[in-house]
Amino acid sequence: MAERKVELEVLRYNPETDSEPHFQRYSVSCPEEWVVLDALNHVKETLDPTLSYRWSCHMAVCGSCGMMIDNEPKLACKTFLRDYPGVIRVEPLRHFPIQRDLVTVPDDFIAKLARVKPYLIPKEPRPLEAGEYRQTPAELKRYKQFTLCINCMLCYAACPEYGLIPDYIGPAALSLAHRYNQDSRDGGRGERQEEVASKAGVWECSFVGACSEVCPEHVDPAAAIQQAKIQSTVDWYKEHLMPWLKK
Amino acid sequence: MESVQADVAIVGAGGAGLRAAIALAQADPGLRIALISKVYPMRSHTCAAEGGAAGVIKPDDSLEHHFNDTVGGGDWLCDQDAVDYLVQEAPKELIQLEHWGCPWSREPNGSVAVRPFGGMKKQRTWFAADKSGFHILHTLFQTSLQFPSIQRFDEFYVTELLVDEGRCAGVVAIEMRSGQMRAFHARAVIIAGGGAGRMFPFTTNGAIKTGDGMALAYRAGVPLKDMEFVQYHPTGLPSTGTLLTEACRGEGGVLLNKNGRRFLQDYGMGPETPLGKPVFKTMELGPRDRVSQAFWQEQKKGNMLPTQWGDAMLLDMRHLGEKTINERLPLVRDMSISYMGVDPVTDPVPVRPVVHYMMGGIDTDMRAATRLPGLHAAGECACVSINGANRLGSNSLTELLVFGRRAALSAIEYLQSGARPAGAAALAAGAAAAQGRIRELMQRSGGGETVAGLRKEMMQTMEQNAGIYRTSEGLAEACAKLSELRRRYRKVELHDKTNVYNTDLLQALELGSMLDCAEAVTQSALARKESRGAHQRLDFTARDDVSFLRHSLAVYSQGDPPRVEYRDVVITRSKPGVRDYSGGGGK
Repeated sequence: MAERKVELEVLRYNPETDSEPHFQRYSVSCPEEWVVLDALNHVKETLDPTLSYRWSCHMAVCGSCGMMIDNEPKLACKTFLRDYPGVIRVEPLRHFPIQRDLVTVPDDFIAKLARVKPYLIPKEPRPLEAGEYRQTPAELKRYKQFTLCINCMLCYAACPEYGLIPDYIGPAALSLAHRYNQDSRDGGRGERQEEVASKAGVWECSFVGACSEVCPEHVDPAAAIQQAKIQSTVDWYKEHLMPWLKK
Repeated sequence: MESVQADVAIVGAGGAGLRAAIALAQADPGLRIALISKVYPMRSHTCAAEGGAAGVIKPDDSLEHHFNDTVGGGDWLCDQDAVDYLVQEAPKELIQLEHWGCPWSREPNGSVAVRPFGGMKKQRTWFAADKSGFHILHTLFQTSLQFPSIQRFDEFYVTELLVDEGRCAGVVAIEMRSGQMRAFHARAVIIAGGGAGRMFPFTTNGAIKTGDGMALAYRAGVPLKDMEFVQYHPTGLPSTGTLLTEACRGEGGVLLNKNGRRFLQDYGMGPETPLGKPVFKTMELGPRDRVSQAFWQEQKKGNMLPTQWGDAMLLDMRHLGEKTINERLPLVRDMSISYMGVDPVTDPVPVRPVVHYMMGGIDTDMRAATRLPGLHAAGECACVSINGANRLGSNSLTELLVFGRRAALSAIEYLQSGARPAGAAALAAGAAAAQGRIRELMQRSGGGETVAGLRKEMMQTMEQNAGIYRTSEGLAEACAKLSELRRRYRKVELHDKTNVYNTDLLQALELGSMLDCAEAVTQSALARKESRGAHQRLDFTARDDVSFLRHSLAVYSQGDPPRVEYRDVVITRSKPGVRDYSGGGGK
């Protein structure tokens, strides 16, 4: 295995002992094919047990290890050392308060997720005995992509609007609302619109598209938000210009 | 210490914990439910399950087939009444998830699609591409958000159960964010803490799978059952241990040795089936224990491919074509390219067996209740037992749904049986003692042992001695080593003595859980002098139904290795027979 010397520059902050964050340099010798998370684990095991960060699956599905790597939001378990020839700067995800070191406080995101009612509100309730709802592969495809969000919050760290306007519901939660709105089994769009079409909802997005660029699962939140904007616009016209269409 | 009053406390918010929480909230909106987890629910390891969940749905299948596959797959160590309950409830639970929005893959007519899996006689694995566990977890988590009675305590690590007068009456936990301890007073507790694969160095399991739930129950006097049965999944990436789902083979992928031979035909799983036309319960659709064991045998013969990470076999999916791989196995393709630099569309992927799942766990009955009144358990941390000596792929996601719900119903039955609330003084004393133990660990100095050092020694001894094939010498050595590590663990010293998100402390506690689980594994394995399912002994190569058609029960004994006791298996109608994976099973 080809070894390589890696320099990590890691943001450290312990609210009990530090007045402000600072950077700490770690120099480790690693196999070339390691990811940044492997290097952090190596530091924690051999150099500094006090370094704090979240991780679990090491396969880009649990969404724990989002962090800023050389100023870009990344999953540490899928960011390869080979793509970073120089010193690698590692910081907690931007736009979230730092709890400690690389651990952020995700409360705002978690609360916003719940606010968009991200669960099926059935169009027609169905007893279990009646079996599954029919849903064709084409109907599944309409929303499938938006189910793939792992809640890693990279899109919030990338979103300039969220940085400026913390009330903004943000890419992942809006995509999730859109996911249920697009589901052939769901009839809850009206209930979700209160949040989704609000000032803090889709209209806050200025379509920079950074969310989709950083999404490790290719969910394309920007597309979800633009689709939702079109739907909201249609709603508005129906309501204001063609009131007779309203049920 | 601050306390939280709840009717039911659930420890763990993965598939089983969330399913239990929803069942409780639906059954009685007045119940106060405390859902406590050391991680945010969507980080739970259920998310990493790929292939799917088994449940009879198609007209050519039957509950009896699912029962027989499961019992035979488990080498007759399953409790058959529990398996009956599993297979009967499975379709309802999977339809329930569908009604909650789970994006199951579909047939052209809009009905749910199923795929073949190892050891199954029919197609009965419901799937959502190759991210089935991920979708199940997120569907459950999102569904749970509509129930205000489910109060979540995310990133709280439970250190102990509160027990009063022989009844479980709550838990004590550390809030990671503050380092503060909190007592949860609950009339019933459900443990859904997941498996313990992290005892081993090479595993598909995420970092969080450290057997905490098992250790909680074990230390409170509930035995750990059938712990010697550790499942190796045949196909992990050699570089990282990342799982490549059994669905790779369900969809038609084949396993080759270094000479390009489909070697499973040499280990009783032939005759060779035509490429791209998998036959149920044959060749690559054999059960996981057999396939992993065949790898080991073949490796001994020098027929495996040496790689920089050790010997590997080849998983060849090229004949499936890019379209099928993208549609049905997108994660597998992504992982293979990312972590191995191999695209399964154009090249076979090197793989090797990897620790995946604990068949054993907290001893429960088929109502998910333990012998400690008030305490229930479900999911991988529990052993009902429906998995016996070897779990069939796609039964675990089903299990956590069926028994997650069952645990909730049992907890309600327990509450209704008029269980008295525990005495305030006893609860306060229990919580204070728990806090004292954490304080002692935090303040200890001069011990000289490190978490990373002890953990490494534990992993090495498990890898060397408790793997696919075992011997009495190796197991005895492992037992001695683990006793030593348990003693040295008392001298473990933290580097980090601060309160906020102290992962040094967290890892020390997790190591304590793993050491207890590891000792239960090796002591139970040493005592089981036969070969059955995933427990293979080079010195006792045959199954011995006379002496060992019994569940092992490792009973905690403070300061000493566990005592191993036995209990008869529940056999209702399937007498122990020969496990046939030689082409006859699919007929």
